[in-house]
Amino acid sequence: MSNYTDIIASCQGKKGGIIEAFHAIQEQYNYIPEEALKEAAKHFGIPEAQAYGVATFYSYLSVEKRGRYIIRMCESAPCHVAGADELLKEMESILGIKVGETTADGKFTLELTECIGQCQATPVITINSEPHFDVNKAKLAEILASCK
Amino acid sequence: MAEEQRVILEYADKIDPKKADDYIKVGGYKGLEKARSMDRKALIDEVKKSGLRGRGGAGFNAGMKWSFVPIKDEDRYVVCNFDEGEPGTYKDRIICEKNAQALLEGMAICGAAIASKQGYIYCRGEYPFVVKMLREAIKSAKDSGALGDFDIEVRMGAGAYVCGEETALIESIEGHRGEPRFKPPFPGVAGLWAQPTVVNNVETFACLPYIMTNGADWFAGIGAAKYPGTKVLTLTGDVENATYFEVPTNYMLRDVVYKLGGGVKGGKKFKAVQVGGTSGAFIPEQNLDTQIDFDSMSAIGAALGSGAVFVMDETRDIVDIVTRISKFFEHESCGKCNPCREGTWRCREIMEKINAGKASQKDIDNLMLLSRVMKNAALCGLGQAAPIPIDSTLEHFGYEYSRKIV
Repeated sequence: MSNYTDIIASCQGKKGGIIEAFHAIQEQYNYIPEEALKEAAKHFGIPEAQAYGVATFYSYLSVEKRGRYIIRMCESAPCHVAGADELLKEMESILGIKVGETTADGKFTLELTECIGQCQATPVITINSEPHFDVNKAKLAEILASCK
Repeated sequence: MAEEQRVILEYADKIDPKKADDYIKVGGYKGLEKARSMDRKALIDEVKKSGLRGRGGAGFNAGMKWSFVPIKDEDRYVVCNFDEGEPGTYKDRIICEKNAQALLEGMAICGAAIASKQGYIYCRGEYPFVVKMLREAIKSAKDSGALGDFDIEVRMGAGAYVCGEETALIESIEGHRGEPRFKPPFPGVAGLWAQPTVVNNVETFACLPYIMTNGADWFAGIGAAKYPGTKVLTLTGDVENATYFEVPTNYMLRDVVYKLGGGVKGGKKFKAVQVGGTSGAFIPEQNLDTQIDFDSMSAIGAALGSGAVFVMDETRDIVDIVTRISKFFEHESCGKCNPCREGTWRCREIMEKINAGKASQKDIDNLMLLSRVMKNAALCGLGQAAPIPIDSTLEHFGYEYSRKIV
């Protein structure tokens, strides 16, 4: 795992690249640790408060620690009519957590998302940004089991 | 007429979108060559003459937009809006996954028109795999020499619907919170890093190589006269063929649902179709005999928008769906302006009350008043469009509300 100072430095040449830096940090840590956020603010020459404002504006960025697998359930209209609500309940019951929470072993975090642009095969979930299509209860069990 | 007409997607799955050479073999980068041989003004006039209008939803004449860019001693930017956050929409992803080089060529043509050397593609954070593919496609195009001295950088969004608004998108590229700016100045005059900037949708750019290669008159002759060309549609919801299609813009909405879409799933009856994504109007059966072009859709109080087509069968609870949609807007409102921040919150609150069977006629009246305020006073398209699903369903599906009111 590379150090976040190096990660941030690799984006420094990019004008306005703090969001790119945040993406790169999340790629390694699954969230933006406070120290990394402070470091990024310093590198891009903006106040910490402003960097925090950017990090908390976007739903893909998180300043809270998250699990190794981030599950996101789409709840936009096409997924909604395809049974997203029931699937979400199923997920909550299998994982034993509510939306926004992380399992005690730090493996899964469950989040909601708006449309992820894969509406040809609803309902859709993503795990660490990888989409899974036409998810039903049986398929869900398989997908979760494949997360080691 | 019930056939697709593929222009942008003609070689879908037949060429590798990452490889410039594949694209060149089927006539690619000829349009850019022609554009670069032309005088700048003549090039803009050619695009104007083609009648190409923005495919992101606003429908503004592309050549006209370019003509506003002043050519002075400063940098200018070409920005591609690939934020595609409108629920039910995935046409820009399809265009990139099938024909990314056409997007790159289109951006370079725009670069030639406004004398810009730098382009940016702002791709939504939900598509990291497309970002990767686009970077390879750009490298291939640069290596082949086809792009010449025009550079393109891909920037990834991070899950904010409002960044589809062009000034919010620019803010995001600059590394800020994605909040829309007050206009004027418009991006054409002061956009990215306060420099003149053209922002166009993926599909708009992808039309350009074909316009340059086949001529403005050819393009102007396809589909509806005032909104010519083709449009990529994505079908979702209760329809047999939930997939994408490219059709001429004078295609009938009924044919989209029943011919291309194969009709309502499971032999059920049709109830409504929402065109243009979640901010679009709900269209009842009696308005299905309408062309999908921008102006025909406007005439029935709807919008072509992004080209998403969301079909609902007879069993669907319209009020429940609109309640879900109102939650979407509450979540996505950036909070900069009061009418949207408070308005989307109240819309969701009242919709939930109606959906739970606890609302009265007074709540509906308040909702309609709120809708008028938002349409007139919200800063950007998000807040202005948020009440459209509510208004259009109150108009065409009022009985669904009546039965839930106490």
